Amino acid sequence: MQEHDMSWVRTEMALAQPAPASVSGPGAWVRRNLIGSVGDTILTILGIVIVAWVLPQVINWAFINAVWTGPDRTVCATVAQGGIQPDGWSGACWAFVNAKFGQFMFGTYPVEERWRPILVAILFTALLVPMLIPRVPRKGLNAILLFLVLPIVSFFLLVGGVFGLPHVETSRWGGLLITLSLSFVGIAVSLPLGTVLALGRRSEMPIVKTLCVIFIEAVRGIPLITVLFFVSVMLPLFLPAGVTFDKYLRALIGVSLFAAAYMAEVVRGGLQAIPKGQYEGADSLGLGYWQKMGLIVLPQALKLVIPGIVNTFIGMFKDTSLVLIISMFDLLGIVKQNFSDANWATAQTAKSGLVFAAFVFWLFCFGMSRYSMYTERRLDTGHKR
Amino acid sequence: MASQEVLREESSRASFINDPKIRSLFFQTLVVIVLFGSVWWIVQNVIDNLQRLHIASGFGFLKGRAGFDISDTPIAYTSDSTYGRAIVVGLINTIIVAVAGIITATIIGFVIGIGRLSQNWLIQKICTVYVEIFRNIPPLLVIFFWYSGVLAVLPAPRDSYHLPFGSFLNQRGFYFPRPVWGEGSWLIVVALLVGIAMAWFVARTARQRQMATGQQFPVLWTSVALIVGLPLLAYVLSGFPLSFDLPKQSTFNLTGGFQVKPEFLSLYLALSCYTAAFIAEIVRAGIRGVSKGQTEAAAALGLRSGSILRLVVVPQAMRIVIPPLTSQYLNLTKNSSLAIAIGYPDLTATAGTVLNQTGQAVEGVLIMMIAYLILSLVTSAVMNVVNARMALVER
Repeated sequence: MQEHDMSWVRTEMALAQPAPASVSGPGAWVRRNLIGSVGDTILTILGIVIVAWVLPQVINWAFINAVWTGPDRTVCATVAQGGIQPDGWSGACWAFVNAKFGQFMFGTYPVEERWRPILVAILFTALLVPMLIPRVPRKGLNAILLFLVLPIVSFFLLVGGVFGLPHVETSRWGGLLITLSLSFVGIAVSLPLGTVLALGRRSEMPIVKTLCVIFIEAVRGIPLITVLFFVSVMLPLFLPAGVTFDKYLRALIGVSLFAAAYMAEVVRGGLQAIPKGQYEGADSLGLGYWQKMGLIVLPQALKLVIPGIVNTFIGMFKDTSLVLIISMFDLLGIVKQNFSDANWATAQTAKSGLVFAAFVFWLFCFGMSRYSMYTERRLDTGHKR
Repeated sequence: MASQEVLREESSRASFINDPKIRSLFFQTLVVIVLFGSVWWIVQNVIDNLQRLHIASGFGFLKGRAGFDISDTPIAYTSDSTYGRAIVVGLINTIIVAVAGIITATIIGFVIGIGRLSQNWLIQKICTVYVEIFRNIPPLLVIFFWYSGVLAVLPAPRDSYHLPFGSFLNQRGFYFPRPVWGEGSWLIVVALLVGIAMAWFVARTARQRQMATGQQFPVLWTSVALIVGLPLLAYVLSGFPLSFDLPKQSTFNLTGGFQVKPEFLSLYLALSCYTAAFIAEIVRAGIRGVSKGQTEAAAALGLRSGSILRLVVVPQAMRIVIPPLTSQYLNLTKNSSLAIAIGYPDLTATAGTVLNQTGQAVEGVLIMMIAYLILSLVTSAVMNVVNARMALVER
C-alpha cells in the first residue's frame, strides 16, 4: 500500500492583503468606540439624538436666554405674564439668584453682622485646605485647630453675645450657613460616636452589644424625617418642664444620631475585615482594650472604609436639606421659601433657584467623592485582597 | 506542683481588678444602672409633661374622628373616618409609591448601569453624566425640581398636552383612560391567572426536559402567547365587556379618566431617577465583579455572547448585586417620607397631621417608627428569599 504524498509547496506569491485598518488616530478611535458594529452604530445614533435634543435646550436655557441681572420679576416674565420678554421665551432667571444671593448664603443673618460667618468660612477654608493636602506638615496641630479650636471660635463668632458681639438667634441663621454648619458638626460628632457604637456592637459584653444593635438597627430602619420629628416633638416631652432646646440644636442632635448609626455599620465593616491575627498580636503584646483598638485595629480598619465613611458624609450633607420639614431654612429651604416672593414669582423662578441649589450641593458632594477616591489611591498600601 | 498551685491562686487573686469577667460584669452593671436611671427620668418627665398638657396617653385616640381630608385615598376615606383609618390610608400611599418607585428605579438603574459598561463611548459618557448628577444632589431637591420646576409650569387644563392613547398631561397631573369592567369581565382576570399558571408550568417542564434530554423549548414565546393570548380570547368570548372611560376636555378642566396627581407624579419620578443612579452603580460593580476568565471560558465552550450574558455573567453578578440592591430599596421606601414636603399624603404626612391634631406625640412617633420598621423588614425578607435562590449552592 503506497502512501499518498501529501506534501505541497506553493509556487506563486500569495496576494498581498489590504493594509489593516489603522489602530491609532481619531478615525480608528471612532471605529472602535462609536461604530464598531451595527448595534453600536444604532446606539451611537441614539446617543447623538439624545445629546442633540438635550444639550442645546440646556445651554439655551442656562446661558443664551438667561437673564443675569434685574430689579424684579419683569425681566424674567414674558409680555403675557406682565414682563418684558417676548412670548415663548424660556431662560434661566439668574437675576433672582443674584438678588437673593445674600439670603441663600446666610438666611436672615443681620446684614451688618455677615462678616462673622464670612470670617468663619475663611478660617475654615484656611484650616481645611492644608488638612487635605498630604504634603503640608503638622497634621496633628492642624487637626486640633480644625476639630477642637475652630468649632469653639465659630460658636462664639456666630452666636455672639460675648466680646461686644451682638447676639444672633439661631432662628435667624439660614441658607448655606446652616447646611455647612450642620453637616460639619454632624461629621465631627458622628464619626467618633459611630466608631464607639461599632466597637460596642462587636463587644463581648452581651448587654452593651444588645443596646448598640438595638440603637443602630432602629435608627437605620426609620427615615430621617421621623428622627427629626422625634427630636423636634418628643425631646421637649422628655425634659423637665421649662427646659427647652434650641431648634437648631435639636436638628443637630437628630442629624448626628442618624448619621452615627450609619457610620457605625461602615466602621463595623472595617473592623470585621481586620484579620484575627492583628487582634491576637495586640493582645500578646499586652495592650489593653483601648490601646489595642486605638493603636492597632482602628487605624487599619478606618483606612479600609474611607470610601464608606465619605459616602456617609455625602449622604449626611444631602440629608441636611430635610431640616426644612421642621421649618428650618437651609440652602434648599431658603430657596424654596423665596419662590413665594411675589416680587420674583415667574414661571422660571422655581427652576432657576433649584438649579442653583443643585449646583451648590453638587459641587460639595462631587468634590468630597473625588477627594475620597484620591485618598483611597494614596493610602493603598497594597494590602488589599 | 503545690507551689505552682499556690502561685496561680495568688496571681489570680492579685489580678482581681484585672479579671476580664469581673470587669465586664462591672461595666455592664454600670451601663444598666445608667440606662434605667435615664429611662426612669425620661418617663417621669413625659408623665409630668403629659399631665400638664392634659393629654391622655394610650392608643384610644385612634378611634376618634379625623376631621381632615386626604387628597389621595386608595381606600374609602372621608373626614368623618377615624384617625386610625387616616394612618392606614397614609401607609397604603407609602406602599404604592414605594413599589412603583422600586420597579421603575430598577429598570432605569439596570439600563444606565449596563450603559456605563458599554463599549460605546457616547452611551458610556451619557450614563456617567446621569449617575454623577443624581448621586450628588439631595433627593428632596429632585422632588422639588419635578414638582415646582417641571410639573407646576405645565399648561393649564384647557391647553393640556395630548399624549397617545387618549391621555393628557397638564399642571393638574396626568390623565389616562380608566378601564371600566363590564358584565363578565371576571373571565378575563381568571384567564390571565390561568395563563400565568400555565406559563410557569411550561417553564418548569421545559427546564426539566432540557436537564434530562438536552432538548430546548421556546419558553419565552409560549409564555407570552399564554399570558397575552388567553385573556384576549376570554375578552372576545365574553363579548367585549371591557370599555374605557376616556378623559374629556371641557372648558376649564378634564373630566373622566384616571387622574394621577402631580404630587404623586413628582415624588414617584424623583425617587425613581434618584435611586436609579445608585442602582446603576451597584449593577456596574456587580458585572465588573465577575472575573473576565468566566466570560472567556464561556466563549471557549462555544456560547454566543447573548448566552454568555444570560447563563454565565448575570447569575454571578446578581449574587454581588442583590444585597446592596436591597438596601437601596429600603432607602427608597424611607425616602418616600419626603412626600410630606410637597403634600402627598404618605404615612409620615398623615401620621404627622394626626400627631399635631391630637398632641399624641409619643404614640404618633411610635406608630411611624413601627410602620417603617415593618416595611423594612418585609422588604428585607422578600429580598433575602430572592438572594437565597440566587446564592451559590455549595456542598
